[in-house]
Amino acid sequence: MAAPFDLKDDSVIVVIGTGAGGGVLSNELAQRGVSVVALEAGGRYLPEDYVNDEWESFGQLAWLDPRTTSGDWRVAKDFSGLPAWIVKAVGGTTTHWAGASLRIQEHEWKAKTNYGEVQGASLLDWPIDRAEMDPWYELAETKLGVTRTGGREGLPGNNNYKVLEAGAKKLGYEEVHTGRMAINSADYDDRMACQQTGFCFQGCKWGAKWSAAYTDIPRGEATGNLEVREKAHVLRIEHGEDGKVNGVVYADADGNEHKQMARAVCVAGNSFESPRLLLNSATSMYPDGLANSSGQVGRNYMRHMTGSVYGVFDKPVRMWRGTTMAGIIQDEARHDPSRGFVGGYELETLSLGLPFMAAFLDPGGWGREFTTALDAYENMAGMWIVGEDMPQETNRVTLNHDVKDQFGMPVANVHFSDHPNDIAMRNHAYTQGAAIYDAVGATRTFPTPPYPSTHNLGTNRMSENPRDGVVNRNGRTHDIENLFVSDGSQFTTGAAENPTLTIVALAIRQADHIAAEMSRGNL
Amino acid sequence: MDDALQKGLTRRELLSRSMAAGATLVVGAGFVAGADAAWALETTALKPETMATLIQMARDIYPHDHVADEFYAVAVKGYDTPEAAPGIETGIAGLNAAAQGKGYADYLSIGWERDRVDILRALEDSPFFQQIRGGLVTGLYNQKAVWPLFGYEGESYSQGGYIDRGFNDINWL
Ligand SMILES: Cc1cc2nc3c(=O)[nH]c(=O)nc-3n(C[C@H](O)[C@H](O)[C@H](O)COP(=O)(O)OP(=O)(O)OC[C@H]3O[C@@H](n4cnc5c(N)ncnc54)[C@H](O)[C@@H]3O)c2cc1C
Ligand code: SF4
Repeated sequence: MAAPFDLKDDSVIVVIGTGAGGGVLSNELAQRGVSVVALEAGGRYLPEDYVNDEWESFGQLAWLDPRTTSGDWRVAKDFSGLPAWIVKAVGGTTTHWAGASLRIQEHEWKAKTNYGEVQGASLLDWPIDRAEMDPWYELAETKLGVTRTGGREGLPGNNNYKVLEAGAKKLGYEEVHTGRMAINSADYDDRMACQQTGFCFQGCKWGAKWSAAYTDIPRGEATGNLEVREKAHVLRIEHGEDGKVNGVVYADADGNEHKQMARAVCVAGNSFESPRLLLNSATSMYPDGLANSSGQVGRNYMRHMTGSVYGVFDKPVRMWRGTTMAGIIQDEARHDPSRGFVGGYELETLSLGLPFMAAFLDPGGWGREFTTALDAYENMAGMWIVGEDMPQETNRVTLNHDVKDQFGMPVANVHFSDHPNDIAMRNHAYTQGAAIYDAVGATRTFPTPPYPSTHNLGTNRMSENPRDGVVNRNGRTHDIENLFVSDGSQFTTGAAENPTLTIVALAIRQADHIAAEMSRGNL
Repeated sequence: MDDALQKGLTRRELLSRSMAAGATLVVGAGFVAGADAAWALETTALKPETMATLIQMARDIYPHDHVADEFYAVAVKGYDTPEAAPGIETGIAGLNAAAQGKGYADYLSIGWERDRVDILRALEDSPFFQQIRGGLVTGLYNQKAVWPLFGYEGESYSQGGYIDRGFNDINWL
């Protein structure tokens, strides 16, 4: 049968969420002839709809449904209702993302083995490794058109990058370049080259940056095998007496509830909503929520060790011109415990416009210490730190039964506290970041605290042993044979790299697995 | 500039209808204005003295010497509503009481920024201070008219991005 599909059609695969994981999975299944209904809570916005304006774009695209926070992270104090900066729209957070696309390094797939026991951390080895993932990475890089892979040229460096590069070279760093970016350096895949507009976080109006919203989604729809229902907010996943899931209940744009039957369900709502959905789907058969016999659903929430360093110079930089993430230093991404922490971090350029800089440079700050920094906005350069954070069982997403969303469902509470390893790594990165700018004449530097999370990982972790995690090596839940997790919540550990390339590679791999299982009659 | 701010009073007209409120502001019946008569803001729910104090408080929280008072006025004029006004009147009264406790007539008559900031620091955890500070983050810095004062260029798509407009023009490294 061709799309649109009937609510009672139980031959379809239902995918929840259409971001990096769900959007790619939906298309990859559709390309393999599998019927898919993708349910997306947000609306559909395309390049002509995006706006070059930080707050207006935030209002257009961000997930603003209520969430709550706890723990000692500063976000819980400064942005207590906004633990994450992620998107509610067709294409998910791939509309916002900057495009940095790095493969997880070999040793990071086996963090427990390679780092050893770290007190207070719930380190675990992934059940898969780099060698197994490499072919899928290659497919993902080709799909995203990642620069500096597959013979694609790097992007030209902008002003912000040139400052970073000059400082890095002075410090003796060697792996410094304009990044591996899912941004076209030349026309590619029917999308044009980057025009250095500088609003990558607000949705690329040229389509030069890859986003599922205008690549995988329409291509999947064009096959006739994929139906994307927008403004369809899934409330719970339901199962039959056999324990297998048989469909999902969602609210449409008018708040009316429907049940879409399904052969299998793939959850890809990002690392807060995916565990929340599993927990909100508890029944008498699964009193702790679906797929939660291990008790691991919602646990081990990771957000990468992050922070930023901004430097002010005596002459203009105009960092906002051109790609937001315009280059990278990779020398510190190695695992080298002599620095006082396990794992490593990347340094990537970042720029914020004046409105976001005012909100995020030093949240809550005021007075001349703060305003003289902004007075020098034109002379500022910026970098973002992204490193491996330690998974901890107590950092977790739980249901907050005291706060309900517009559908009366308990919201996600996000609890996070830094591990001492995270703090040691951040301090190291702050020192190095400041040294980079000092080396090229900074008059002042700012070790800026983490923003609301952009990378959200780990809350349905992948594990070899069903006792240790929620999903197996294919992203299938250990407990329920036709329930899958298809987004960043699968991550066993976070690694130092920006996660999306890995989410996409895993989604392609999972589509292959599901299609094969279907043709074997197993699903 | 914002429509709510009026232009066109002569300095003499203005001064004849108002009295000084702090160093750079004047208040009259139902309005606050720049002492240079460059702009005037009518108030309906708030007392004009309260609005003048609020504008000074806004500047003391986020002081930018190259940003004129009128932008601070725009940033806080949204509090001049029947709903918001009572809370603001109470908050500003608290500010004046704190100033009086230190021997000044009121907040606006404190000459040095440093001394006003001391008063604000003591109140910095109060809901009133946090309301005003939090509102200014967008109220002040998200005014498009303010951006050029910081060199920020804003929207760039309609001009073709920066590919031919200096994305890599840095020349001092
Ligand atoms: C500003 C910013 C910059 C970033 N830059 C980079 C970068 O340079 N490199 C990188 O690798 N990563 C980057 N990221 C992170 C990247 O965007 C995410 O890792 C990635 O998009 C996560 O994919 P996902 O599938 O897990 O979730 P998402 O892409 O967030 O998709 C989840 C989707 O599910 C939908 N959904 C949730 N709950 C429901 C429900 N109940 N019913 C229906 N739909 C639902 C949401 O609306 C959303 O559309 C960035 C993120 C941000 C915010
Ligand atoms: S800088 Fe390039 S990738 Fe970023 S939004 Fe502009 S055109 Fe798109």
